[in-house]
Amino acid sequence: MKALCWYGKYDVRVQDVPDPKILNPRDAVLKITTTAICGSDLHLYDGYIPSMMKGDILGHEFMGEVVELGSAVTNLKVGDRVVVPFTIACGRCFFCKKGLWSACDNSNPNAGMAETLYGFSGSGLFGYSHMMGGYAGGQAEYVRVPFADVGPIKIPDGLNDEQVLFLSDIFPTGYMAAENCNIQRGDTVAVWGCGPVGQFAIKSAYLLGAERVIAIDDNPDRLRMAAEDGRAETLNFADEDIYEKLRSMTGGMGPDACIDAVGLEAHGHTLDAIYDRAKAAMFMATDRPHALRQAIYACRKGGTVSVPGVYGGFLDKFPFGSAFAKGLTFKMGQTHVHKYLPQLLELVQLGQIDPSFVITHRMSLEDAADAYSTFKQQNDGCIKVVLKPGLQARANGNGNGTGH
Amino acid sequence: METWEIEFEPHGESEQQDNGNGHDGINVGKYERIASAVGGGALVGYALKSRSKVGVALGLVGAGLLYRGATGQCEAYRALGVNTADSHEDVARDVHIEKSITIGVAPNELYKFWRNFENLPQFMEDLESVTQLDGNRSHWVAKGPAGAKVEWDAEIYNEQEGEFIAWRSLENADITNAGSVHFEEAPGGRGTYLKVVLNYNPPGGKAAQLFARLFGNEPGQLVDSNLRRLKQLLEAGEFPTTEGQSSGRETSTEENTKAEPLAGRAAAGASFGGERGTR
Repeated sequence: MKALCWYGKYDVRVQDVPDPKILNPRDAVLKITTTAICGSDLHLYDGYIPSMMKGDILGHEFMGEVVELGSAVTNLKVGDRVVVPFTIACGRCFFCKKGLWSACDNSNPNAGMAETLYGFSGSGLFGYSHMMGGYAGGQAEYVRVPFADVGPIKIPDGLNDEQVLFLSDIFPTGYMAAENCNIQRGDTVAVWGCGPVGQFAIKSAYLLGAERVIAIDDNPDRLRMAAEDGRAETLNFADEDIYEKLRSMTGGMGPDACIDAVGLEAHGHTLDAIYDRAKAAMFMATDRPHALRQAIYACRKGGTVSVPGVYGGFLDKFPFGSAFAKGLTFKMGQTHVHKYLPQLLELVQLGQIDPSFVITHRMSLEDAADAYSTFKQQNDGCIKVVLKPGLQARANGNGNGTGH
Repeated sequence: METWEIEFEPHGESEQQDNGNGHDGINVGKYERIASAVGGGALVGYALKSRSKVGVALGLVGAGLLYRGATGQCEAYRALGVNTADSHEDVARDVHIEKSITIGVAPNELYKFWRNFENLPQFMEDLESVTQLDGNRSHWVAKGPAGAKVEWDAEIYNEQEGEFIAWRSLENADITNAGSVHFEEAPGGRGTYLKVVLNYNPPGGKAAQLFARLFGNEPGQLVDSNLRRLKQLLEAGEFPTTEGQSSGRETSTEENTKAEPLAGRAAAGASFGGERGTR
């Protein structure tokens, strides 16, 4: 089959690889119908995530049709159309039973590796480094899905792929980020980063009752989407002093909750951001937490900082004194996707949200390497790329086309 | 990062001269000599290939070990007053490991599963087989260093149903060892706190242990990983795996399916450079 494989910094290639097969009784194999590139895939593309190996298949946002089932999977049948959570969870350990699916104890075959770095290991993830399990991802024609009896959710007829694909990651991730803000009546939520997760965090914050949402980025296309689709007020950090502006917009109080939907590769124009970049380039720090610092500093006293953005290692100049002085609450972590699937699918079915609004580019799987580059450069207004195996190869799709 | 601790006790100046010399100046035990020679040879070989500064340093260490293996004499041991040539090998004490894990199964069930020692090779990757000889005695076959088999008979010398089992190897064991496993009910319906205590004298003694650590096979890690496998087996019903999955690597050999261990690189920012994590 064709699959998108990682070979190093800025080096991904579509190539022929062996088809996946059932390896365990609780496995399934899917034929991929639609897959996507996630913002967090760019951390791999940029070489920020350790323990990758040449030839690893990427991709953790995918859906498709069941073509083969392990002997222990009885709730699915061949031909079912399913969306798969990017977190892999056994469904039976202490954490899964508590709803902390992304903390599953039994799904990472390389848990010892993650333990060395983090103290304890989270769940396995698709296509996201060997420390996170080394599972082959879904930017491919077929994928093997472990613990398929608890992960995949069946999609009812009448919903197309693009409406439900993002249940695999970015919709629940944005939703959990907003839920973590514990939104109360009258609350203002500020969102750093208007990539796809930021867009879903904006919509989710309104769904959960936020009074106002303020979106922060420096990319005009993303800000336009946040304003037009998300109904957010927008700030361009290239033009504004974010702390001062947020303060003045909230009666001097600061936002009640701040969401960092940027993660470890924040860029910015302030001194600390330049310092971070220099330090990371010299391997003296691993992450560039500029957005997170700003969120902590700007948040109102007693407020919440919610972090769906991915961090991998060690943070420098982390303003813990500010966090302490203001009594902030921090909420973060990989998304407990399994927990959110039924309720978010229902929101889509009810028409309360159509997640396909974030898609700007539709490309064929065969063109996936170009898609990474387009997404990375944010060329051509690119916010979200979906890939379809076998889609007629062509330059770039267009923002509002159907893509079929 | 406990990987580099070498357990030499500090000794007073005055003791250094007259301590630690066995007959003919040999102060390194038999198995340890073999391990020294093999390990030393490997390091020298590595040094000849790599030609880096680290390679040269390792090569020097290797040369020292080769000498040690060939002559049975170790200057470091002499200086420190250590002599492993004359040590008794019938008490398991060189390596002591204690590991714990929570498993979502009642203590009694877990006890029953473990008490049938023939179940152990299901999750202990280093064990080939355990055969029950009678109610208390069993025959164990494990994978030893460099593909060798290690065998011993063991007896249960103490146990309390549902609470603990303690066993030890009998005479003529390839590895003198003793262990116990403890089952404690975890609070809040979380199942069992399982604790394993293991003592053994590995073939080759402390030097072999040092090598095992050097090459990422620290015994405590193996116990950790075996306990994790037991948990996976009993909770998830299978071992999570990626062996045999698709990838862009042309061959999917065993070596290829394992990424470099992260131990020792976590603290070094350089490990996050991206390329470093690849082969």
